[in-house]
Amino acid sequence: MAEPITLNLFEQQAANRRKSWVLIGVFLLFFVWLGLGGDLIAYLSTQPVEGVAPYGYVHRIPWLGIVMTLVAGWLVADVLRNGAKKVLWTAGAQPLVANTPEERQFENVVEEMAIAAGVPKPKLYVVPDADPNAFVTGTAPLEAHLAVTQGLLSVLTRDEMQAVVAHELGHVKNEDTKLMTLVAGLAGAILLIRDGVGRSFRTTGRLAGRSRGGGKKGGNPLILVLIVVYVLSWILAPLIARLLATAVSRKREYLADAMAAQFTRNPGALADALDKIEKHHAPTTALKSGVAHLCIVDPTGRLANQREGWLADLFGTHPPMPIRVARLRAMAFQARKQADGLVP
Amino acid sequence: MLFAVVLVALGIWVMIAYNGLIALRNQTANALKQIDVQLKRRHDLIPNLINAVQAAMDFEKDTLQAVIAARNGAVKASAGLDPQHVHDVAAAEAQLTTALKQMMVVVEAYPDLKATANMGQFQEELSSTENKVSFARQLYNDTATLYNTRQQQFPTNLVAGFAKAVPAELWEIEDAAERAVPKVEFRRGA
Repeated sequence: MAEPITLNLFEQQAANRRKSWVLIGVFLLFFVWLGLGGDLIAYLSTQPVEGVAPYGYVHRIPWLGIVMTLVAGWLVADVLRNGAKKVLWTAGAQPLVANTPEERQFENVVEEMAIAAGVPKPKLYVVPDADPNAFVTGTAPLEAHLAVTQGLLSVLTRDEMQAVVAHELGHVKNEDTKLMTLVAGLAGAILLIRDGVGRSFRTTGRLAGRSRGGGKKGGNPLILVLIVVYVLSWILAPLIARLLATAVSRKREYLADAMAAQFTRNPGALADALDKIEKHHAPTTALKSGVAHLCIVDPTGRLANQREGWLADLFGTHPPMPIRVARLRAMAFQARKQADGLVP
Repeated sequence: MLFAVVLVALGIWVMIAYNGLIALRNQTANALKQIDVQLKRRHDLIPNLINAVQAAMDFEKDTLQAVIAARNGAVKASAGLDPQHVHDVAAAEAQLTTALKQMMVVVEAYPDLKATANMGQFQEELSSTENKVSFARQLYNDTATLYNTRQQQFPTNLVAGFAKAVPAELWEIEDAAERAVPKVEFRRGA
């Protein structure tokens, strides 16, 4: 029963590493396009007509492309180095100081599960928030930061806490953590850049307006197409960033649930924990939608996460809770039957 | 030409299979090392625990003696731990588990002792240590099973002798010792 997951582990890790590189590559290419595309439009629209440059300037050196490539490279390097720190900062996570019995128990439980999962003990944080939830972040393989909310510490029993920690360490073991942190960091960067560089739109818009004027004199229709595609990529960037976050996380939750069951040999405990977390759903102030895909349970209460089907798969960050619980209960039932000797 | 290609492909396969077995062997040894670390923790915890309960359980000398004896036996056994000789250590540790369980059942019978904060902390530490031992054992057994299966499966078994792969002994729980419900005798104290 345990073996399929263990055997798939290496494939899962390799797939995640590959996806991380593809993600970085696509991100870089997208920025290069945002830069060079602008340069191309500027170059084409400042072409001299009948020997006279329309603006008295010809755009020859792709400054925008160079700048955007440098910016993108710096962003990737920054997310790889500081991504985990930023995610923790966004959630307001504080390093755990094990004082109360609950906190000591939490630390013990993490040590136990780190042994069961065969990963190093992660660094621990507490988010001062009443809504029970947990997430794990980190960009170096096997160097993870595990954060739980104050609500989680006070609501769960020892066994349930163990199951939740096991789920999070399942993400660590699969090397989901790096990919999911990259998505959080890069998607955040795209939103930030779009707002920040919004000014360049107006410049492009002006250029486009004038070149359309010149088009009457037999100008280049290619410029118009380019401008449309270029503007569209700026508009669609945040949507694509969001789709990235949802595309990477849904199936992973089922897998991490199954791994938690393997580590604890107690699938019922995770089912109980998920039930409890769901029922206790208090509005959260600390966990914003930017980190939602990292959490064990969606903190934003998104509608897509209560549905099945391809549309929900596209926009949901988490599988529907009843199905997760039902799968775990089925595992628990199977384990009990095995223990009672009803099936071999 | 074709012969050379087949030979190279065969060589690559042997290399991959060989390296896979070596990696699993090291993982198995490492998993066993993890158990060892946790067993040491457990052995170190027991003297403190005994000190904490000794005063209150003066007349339960037998129970305490059993724990101390089992602990010393376990410390002695754990010196010779390697993947081919797991059984003796497992048996000694199982005995210690039984003795500890028995002691905790007795502790339950002393509400005053149970109520002290110190005892609560010890109980948490003890159950955490017990969990760590059993999770380390679980990881070891999973890894060792994978290693054993791999060296017996065709065609990897053809390389097993060459890689000096020997089946690792699983850490079995002594059924009688582990499953036995500790008997509690409430003696009227002197």
